[in-house]
Amino acid sequence: MDLEAEFERTVAAEHRVEPRDWMPDGYRKTLVRQIAQHAHSEIIGMQPEGNWISRAPSLRRKAILLAKVQDEAGHGLYLYAATETLGADRGLLTENLISGRQKYSSIFNYPTLSYADVGTIGWLVDGAAICNQVPLCRTSYGPYARAMIRICKEESFHQRQGYELLMTMMSGTDAQRAMVQESVDRFWWPSLMMFGPPDAESANTEQSMKWRIKRNTNDELRQKFVDMTVPQAEKLGVTLPDPLLKWNPERGHHDFGQPDWDEFWQVVGGNGPANAQRVAHRRKAHEDGEWVRAAAAAHAAKRTRTKESAA
Amino acid sequence: MSSSWPLWEVFVRGKRGLNHVHVGSLHAPDAEMALRNARDVYTRRNEGVSIWVVPAEAITASSPDEKDPFFAPSGDKVYRHPTFYAIPEDVPHL
Repeated sequence: MDLEAEFERTVAAEHRVEPRDWMPDGYRKTLVRQIAQHAHSEIIGMQPEGNWISRAPSLRRKAILLAKVQDEAGHGLYLYAATETLGADRGLLTENLISGRQKYSSIFNYPTLSYADVGTIGWLVDGAAICNQVPLCRTSYGPYARAMIRICKEESFHQRQGYELLMTMMSGTDAQRAMVQESVDRFWWPSLMMFGPPDAESANTEQSMKWRIKRNTNDELRQKFVDMTVPQAEKLGVTLPDPLLKWNPERGHHDFGQPDWDEFWQVVGGNGPANAQRVAHRRKAHEDGEWVRAAAAAHAAKRTRTKESAA
Repeated sequence: MSSSWPLWEVFVRGKRGLNHVHVGSLHAPDAEMALRNARDVYTRRNEGVSIWVVPAEAITASSPDEKDPFFAPSGDKVYRHPTFYAIPEDVPHL
């Protein structure tokens, strides 16, 4: 039987590809690259918000933020586990991240300068992530799709806590409202960049759509996010910093301006405001944790020996 | 390196009365740590009342390449299904 034809049939019929099925090398490589980048993004994504845990304004907000950052760690672990079903080596992926060989979402290379950023990240960044991730619940690779289902369930809490935080600040003082607007001004364009470059410049989209790894193009998802977000911004009472943003009744969608793609490529290329800091922090956490990993392994080995000698 | 810790497959019983279901995997140095990690990774929102962790290398799986011949014996035994049998409609409780 022709393995490739069988694979194509499985994918075309909307059936899921499972770990031990035959799959083209390119499919496997694309998946490992995409899922690893996604996992790295979750892990690096703990940093911008983790920055505010010790300075959250109340115990309630601190507990929420801790739970959220812990979720990001969990999401990273679901996704790393999915890459391992494809034969990837977890240690090697971590090495790729802390040596800068593999990338993560450009959004996490922007700093969190005010506490309002915690709310804005929940609302806009997690909102954009949900737009990206909901279609991935139907991606063709089974373990990836199942990880995405778990993640999407949890992201909803992330987005709602962010929006609620911003609503609370907007009902506060003028200074608090100004903090929210300033934060939205900084995060709006980087959030639009989260969907990746315009379709015409997206190198991987066509093949990924054919393999049903990706289900929508970057521009489709960006449009969906803008349409979703505009009424939320109105209700919140903030202005989205795009003079071209306008409802287009003929298209039934909002028209909007393009992000600064030169800035995007700069950040992707490692020259964003916080790239070096993020990777250095992850490297330090990994290296500082080495003795814990070694001690736990030594303890497990000792207990195995004790058990064997007792038997 | 975490990769020197063995891989464990995690199964969670969602509530009493249901089977344990595979939910994913994780690395841990021993079974006890695997259970604790599984609790933190896979049951942060009351998703389970019981967890099994199994060393991944202890699992023997059927091969997807042999899927057709392996499951063929049940393919042609339609008489194992209740719908195989024609019973008049006016026979009650059957």
